[in-house]
Amino acid sequence: MTDIFEIVRHDLLEPAGLTDHQLGEVLHTLAGNHIDYADLYFQSTYSESWGMEDSIIKGGTFAIDRGVGVRAMSGEKTGFAYADDIILPSIDQAAQAARSIARVGGEQPIKAWQKSKSHELYLPVNPLHSLSETAKTRLLHEVDAYLRAKDPNIIQVNVSLSGEYETIMVMSSDGHLAADVRPLVRFGVSCIVELNGRRESGHSGGGGRFNYEHFITQNLAFKYADEALRQAQVNLTAVDAPAGAMPVVLGPGWPGVLLHEAVGHGLEGDFNRKGISAYSGRMGQRVASELCTIVDNGTLPGRRGSLNMDDEGIPTQNNVLIENGILTNYMLDKRNARLMNMKSTGNGRRESYASLPMPRMTNTYMLAGESDPADIIRSVKRGLYAVNFGGGQVDITSGKFVFSASEAYLIEDGKITAPVKGATLVGNGPDVLTRVSMVGNDLALDEGVGICGKDGQSVPVGVGQPTLKVDELTVGGTRIHE
Amino acid sequence: MTQLIQKSALTTDELQEIAKTILQEAAKRGADQAEVSIAANKGFSVSAREGDVETIEYHQDKSIDVAVYFGKRCGAASLSDVRTDAITAAVEAACHIAKFTGEDPASGLADKDLLAFNYPELKLAFPWDISVEEASKLACECEQEAVAYDKRIMSAESVDVTTMHAHDVYANSFGFSGAYSYTRHELSCVLVAKDKNDDMQRDYSYTVSVDPSQLTPTSLVAKQAAERTVKRLGARRLPTMKSPVIFAAEEARGLLGHFTGAIAGGSIYRKSSFLVDQLGKKIFPDFVQIAEQPHLDFGLGSVAFDDDGVLTRPNVFIEDGILRSYALGIYSSRKLGMQTTGNGGGIHNLTIKPGQKDLAALLKTMGTGLLVTELMGQGVNIMTGDYSRGAGGYWVENGEIQYPVHEITIAGKLQDIYARMVEVGNDVDVRGNIRTGSILIEEIMIAGE
Repeated sequence: MTDIFEIVRHDLLEPAGLTDHQLGEVLHTLAGNHIDYADLYFQSTYSESWGMEDSIIKGGTFAIDRGVGVRAMSGEKTGFAYADDIILPSIDQAAQAARSIARVGGEQPIKAWQKSKSHELYLPVNPLHSLSETAKTRLLHEVDAYLRAKDPNIIQVNVSLSGEYETIMVMSSDGHLAADVRPLVRFGVSCIVELNGRRESGHSGGGGRFNYEHFITQNLAFKYADEALRQAQVNLTAVDAPAGAMPVVLGPGWPGVLLHEAVGHGLEGDFNRKGISAYSGRMGQRVASELCTIVDNGTLPGRRGSLNMDDEGIPTQNNVLIENGILTNYMLDKRNARLMNMKSTGNGRRESYASLPMPRMTNTYMLAGESDPADIIRSVKRGLYAVNFGGGQVDITSGKFVFSASEAYLIEDGKITAPVKGATLVGNGPDVLTRVSMVGNDLALDEGVGICGKDGQSVPVGVGQPTLKVDELTVGGTRIHE
Repeated sequence: MTQLIQKSALTTDELQEIAKTILQEAAKRGADQAEVSIAANKGFSVSAREGDVETIEYHQDKSIDVAVYFGKRCGAASLSDVRTDAITAAVEAACHIAKFTGEDPASGLADKDLLAFNYPELKLAFPWDISVEEASKLACECEQEAVAYDKRIMSAESVDVTTMHAHDVYANSFGFSGAYSYTRHELSCVLVAKDKNDDMQRDYSYTVSVDPSQLTPTSLVAKQAAERTVKRLGARRLPTMKSPVIFAAEEARGLLGHFTGAIAGGSIYRKSSFLVDQLGKKIFPDFVQIAEQPHLDFGLGSVAFDDDGVLTRPNVFIEDGILRSYALGIYSSRKLGMQTTGNGGGIHNLTIKPGQKDLAALLKTMGTGLLVTELMGQGVNIMTGDYSRGAGGYWVENGEIQYPVHEITIAGKLQDIYARMVEVGNDVDVRGNIRTGSILIEEIMIAGE
C-alpha cells in the first residue's frame, strides 16, 4: 500500500523544505494565545478540462492551485487567513493574522501529533496521467461523431472531460495529522435537437473518484451520449406542465436532490447550533413518514461525494439522519460539534485552503423501501412523474425548498402519459417527507456530477433515492390542472 | 495586523510586469499569439453574532489565466502562483495542450485595431480606511440595532462587513497591456424572526458600493433588514391562479439577467437562446429601452475594456422594445460573422429606462396581484424561454399589501413575460451590474394550493 503521508509530504512540504518541527512551531505559537483550537490545511490541486464544441477540440485548460489555510478558534470566534505560497514566511504571516481573533496572552501546549487513520475508498492515483492527451481528445471526437450520426435533428453537441488530482494535509493543535490524495473525474455531454422550428436540449454525464478509464470501460461515455439525446428527443414532444398541488412520483437516483434540499441542508450543524433551521430542536421527533430512512454516507467507495477523511482530518461516516421517520442526527464539523458539546460526524468540508470549513453533506440518500415502482405509478390517478432534475435551493429557516424538473411526465389513471416541460417543484422541508406514502425497492445513486453550493463554497456531493411518492407537492407549471 | 496583509499585495505595475514575463515565455516557445488575464485582490471580512465578532477572514487571492495560440489552435492554463518556475510550468502546459486542440477558425486575439490602447481611467477604486477592529464594531452595532428593533427578531444569522481592493490586468502579444483597480465594500445583515405560532422566517438587507462614503448608513441597513424580516412572518400560500405580478427591483434584476443571458454571444452562436434570429424584432413593449453604461464612475459593473482588450461602449440592446444588438465578444462575433460589441466577459451596468412611479404607486397601478420579493431555484431555460421559479412576496389588494406569501411558483415563457411588461418603476436598485426599478407584468401563472 502506498503511504499517503509520503505522497502528500512530497507534494506539499518538500518543495519548500518544510519540516514537521517548523510547522509544529507555527501551530504552537498559534495555539498559545487563548486559542482553543488551531489548524493548518495544506492543499494542492492539479486540474484539467477538455471541451469539444462544433466538432472542434477547444477549451483545453490546465490549472494548478496551491496554498495553506490557517485557522484559530477561541470560544465562538474564528480567525482565518491563507497564503497561496506554501513557504514558511507566508504561513507565519497567515498564522499571525488568524490568531488576532484572540488578543490576550496565555500558553497552551499542543498535543503531540498522531497520524490519523482514514478510509481507503479510492486509490491515490492522478487521473490526469491515466490517459494520454491523444486518448482523451479521441474519446471526445468519438462521442461527438457517434451522437451526430444518431439523429439528423441534432444541431449542437458539446462534450467535456475533466479531472482533478488533489493532495491534502491537515495538522491541528488537538494532535491530528491527517492526509488524503483525492482523484476526481467527470464526463459530460449535451446536445441540442431542432425539429419544426422547436429546439430542445438534453444533457448527461457522470464521474467519481477514479481514473478516466471508467468512462471507456463498458462504453459509459457513449451511454451518457445516448441518454442526452433521449432527453432532448423527449423534450421535443413535451407539453405545458400542470400548475398546482398534486401527487408527485419521483424517479430513482438523481431526484434525490429533493432530500439534499428538503432535509440535508436543514440538518447541517451550523444552522442548528444557531437555532435557525426549520429542524432546530426537533431531534427525536417525527419529521418524515415511517417509510423514510435517510443517511449521509461519506464512506461509499469511489463515489463523487465520498472522502477518506473530511477536510478537518476526521474519517467520514455513514450518518443516519432520519430513521423510520424520526430525526436522529445532525451533520457536524469540529467547530459546531465543540460548541454543541457533540462529536464531529466527519462532515467538515471546505472548497479549498482559501475558505473556512463548515458542515456539509457527502452522499445523501434514502434507503430502499418495499414497493414495486410500477405499483407506485399505478396508485396515482392524476399527478406528475418526475425523473430528472436540474438544481434546487432551500431556505433553511422557513424550510421552503424548490427543485427544478428537467424531465417529467403526466400520470393519468395510473399510467405514465405525455412528457411535460420543465417545472419547478416547491415544498416545505419538514412537511414534505411526512407526505411520503410509498417508497420503492429500487434505490439508485446519481451518476456522479453533483455540486453543492453554500455560502459561496462549492463541493462535490452525491444524492440518491428509490422511487417515491409524495402525496402532495406544488408543481410550478403553466396550465391549470383539472 | 492589517499592515501585515497589505505588505504582500501586488500593484498593477507589478502585475503588468508578470503578464509581460508570461507573454515573453509564450513567444519563446513559439506561440504565434498569447494573452494573459490577472485578477488579484485582498481584503477582509468580519462577521458578528450575538453581540460579538464571530469570524475574521483575511482574503488575498490571485488568479492568472494564460492562453496561447499556435495558428488557430489554442491552449490555456491557469495558476495562482507568481514564482518563475510556476509561470514557466503553466506556459509550458498551455503550449502542450495546444498540440492537441483543433483548428478553430474563430480563435485568436482581437484584431490589433480593435484594442483599447487609449482606454479611459474610471473612478472605481476607493479603498476603505477601516481597521479590522473598526469593521467588527460596525458589524456588532448593526447586529445590535437590528435585533433590538423588534422583539420577534430572534437573532442575526450573520452580519458581515467586507472590504476588498482588486486589480485586474489584461495583456496580449499585440502589445496591449491594460490595468485597472476597483474596490468593493459591503455591509449585509441577515436576520431570523419568529412569531407566537413558531413561524420562523429569514430576510436581509445589504449595502454595497465601490466608495465607502456611499454605503447606506448602518442604522438604516439594520432597520431595513429588521422590517423586511418581521414582515415575512405569517406567510401563507396562494391558490393556483393567473395574476398580475410586480417583480420588486432587486428581483427585477434577475428577470433582466435572463435577458442578458439570452443576448450573450455564446448563447446565440450555440443556438441555445430564445432570442436567436430575433435582431430587429419586437421583444418588449414600445416604452422599453435597455442599454449599458460601461464607463459609469462608481458603477459596480464598470470596465474600460473588455476581456478581449476591446474598448467597452454604451451599447443599446433594446430600443422602443426592439432588439437592436447582441452582446458579443471577439470569439462569438467571429462565430456569428458579426462585429464585437465590447462584451467579451459580459454586459456592463445594463440599465432599463426607469418610469415615473415609485413602488407604492406601482402597487396602486397593479391594484390586485402578487409582489415578488424572493425567487428561488434555477428553473429558467434560456433556450426555450420556459420559466418556472419558486417565489415569495406579498399579496396585494387595491394597491395595499395584505399579507406575506410563500411556497408558490410563478411560471410562464420569458417571451410572454417580456412582451407583457406594463411599467418600470423609478425605484432603481443600483447594487449590481443590472440597474432596474420594480417591474409590473400584466399576468403570470401562480401555482400554489
